[in-house]
Amino acid sequence: MWKFSVRRTLIMIPQLIVLSILIFVLAQLMPGDALSGQVGPDVDPKRLDEIREQMGWNDPWYEQYASWMGGVLQGDLGQSFRFKIPVTELIGQRIYNSFWLSVATLILTYLIAIPLGITSGRFNDTWRDQLITGYTYVGFATPLFIFALVMLWIFGFALGWFPTSGSVSPGLVPGTFEYFMSKLYHLLLPAISMALITTYSTIQYLRNEIVDTKQKDFILTARAKGASETRVYNRHILRNSLLPIAAFFGFEITGLIGGSIFIENIFGYPGMGQLLVESITLRDYTTLIATTLIFGVASILGALLSDITLSIVDPRIRIK
Amino acid sequence: MENKAVEVKSNQPIKSPSGFNIIWREIVRDKLALISLIFLVLIIAFVYGIALFLDQDEIVRVDLFSIYQPPGEGFILGTDYGGRDIFGQLIIGTRNSLSIAILVTLMTGVIGIAYGLISGYFGGHIDNIMMRILDFFLILPFTMIVIAFVAIVPKYTVVTFSLIMTAFLWMGIARLIRSKALQEKELDYIQASKTLGSSNFKIIFTQLLPNCSSLIIVTMTLNLAANIGLESGLSFLGFGFPESTPSLGTLLSYATNPQTLEYRWWIWVPASIMILLLMLSVNNVGQALKRATDARQRRG
Repeated sequence: MWKFSVRRTLIMIPQLIVLSILIFVLAQLMPGDALSGQVGPDVDPKRLDEIREQMGWNDPWYEQYASWMGGVLQGDLGQSFRFKIPVTELIGQRIYNSFWLSVATLILTYLIAIPLGITSGRFNDTWRDQLITGYTYVGFATPLFIFALVMLWIFGFALGWFPTSGSVSPGLVPGTFEYFMSKLYHLLLPAISMALITTYSTIQYLRNEIVDTKQKDFILTARAKGASETRVYNRHILRNSLLPIAAFFGFEITGLIGGSIFIENIFGYPGMGQLLVESITLRDYTTLIATTLIFGVASILGALLSDITLSIVDPRIRIK
Repeated sequence: MENKAVEVKSNQPIKSPSGFNIIWREIVRDKLALISLIFLVLIIAFVYGIALFLDQDEIVRVDLFSIYQPPGEGFILGTDYGGRDIFGQLIIGTRNSLSIAILVTLMTGVIGIAYGLISGYFGGHIDNIMMRILDFFLILPFTMIVIAFVAIVPKYTVVTFSLIMTAFLWMGIARLIRSKALQEKELDYIQASKTLGSSNFKIIFTQLLPNCSSLIIVTMTLNLAANIGLESGLSFLGFGFPESTPSLGTLLSYATNPQTLEYRWWIWVPASIMILLLMLSVNNVGQALKRATDARQRRG
């Protein structure tokens, strides 16, 4: 297992390098640089060129890439053109918000998926299974952003049960109990909306796993030994069917990133997804590059996590 | 002599039904798929038909005297913040969304199929390298990377938009085709063809490709549904079609204004229903096709 994990981690390194080059090239292709906005009647263009020379912006791209990468590795993501503060400062609070939104979404996803998947798999081809399969079918065909809009319309505006924007009520002191509850309250509706739609794949997967496992010989053996039905399901079937689900955990991260861009924009939740869209509308390229890089690295790490857990669960992958 | 001929004939197995027959029977058996198919045909005929008589420039022209009209006389579905007719935008938007979804599905199909076939057929080192490249594309979060690309393209048009989408969507079908090609190339007919000296090119495109066709049809149908959702999602965020070219997502994006979301349902609800119906019915047809290609799951 260690051998596989090390090999898989080594594969990740070229992936990270290619990703960073891709993003760096994107940054280079973008029109203008940090000084373009400062061109004015009282600024001498020659002086700007001198600064560009000093900053090394006329160097060959690989030298620029090296110095940029050096900065990134030391946690320096550059200055935001718009807000005139370091990007790391801008990202700080938002990455925290996005993190908790993702955690809440994941917890809810599994809370919905596991009971429904088990019911659907255990009583397959009954009305309960059909009902749940119907739900996954509709969930599969409904785009997340439409569902989120409808949820916001019903629970945010029409019923007024949930706040319609922000991540915390103004005027609360960080660290207090009220502050924490307000945060939780604000992320509940976005998290529920995202979980209800993205959970369909886990339900379907769990159902198929259970239906498959049910017919295996060792289940017959367990029954023959006189194990109770509950024990057969909880001990024998579930343990075998849940492991692959656990292994897909890492891939959920990529899905969460894609989803958070929609969810955070619809619910006005100040997170990384919202920052990404904002940075584009404001043409704030350093921020755009930084958010893209963070999202990309998060997805690569998620895939790594999944592959390693999969190799623990399924020894056949290790041999390959 | 004549007698013998008859005998031979009756000994022959009954001809198995053709692919299209199987698909047709499967769709007719599945009432939901049949309804979906009829709905799709009608909506496509309706939308493309009416769009011929609608002038896109006329519809997107701002009319300040009829801002936010509720549905009623003059405007079947009311107007938006620019006084533009929602019904006309819905028709043109559906046409644009469908067109780009079909275009992207076809382009990703061509790239993905070629990539998958080559990777699976040659195997070995070529397959290994090609799969590593594919893995990298697969890891990238689609929405994020498309948004970043859309932001930097200088001359942004419908064509560049569909190219960007295609660049990050071909991997799914490529992977499916590759695993199918890996299975197929071990079969006798490919081996026989190789022994007879057929060129690799000929084997791939005249023998391997036709044998993957059922998988290709199913995957592309399901992809079409997904692409309708992706396009409208990107347009919703403002990174799809420009506003002068209405799409279903553009109509939905008006709902990001809380006032519109809360009080002016006629602007965004019809477009949402249209997206839902389109995606559900394309999916229904796709699922029926999927069953038709797998003899164990067939209903008919």
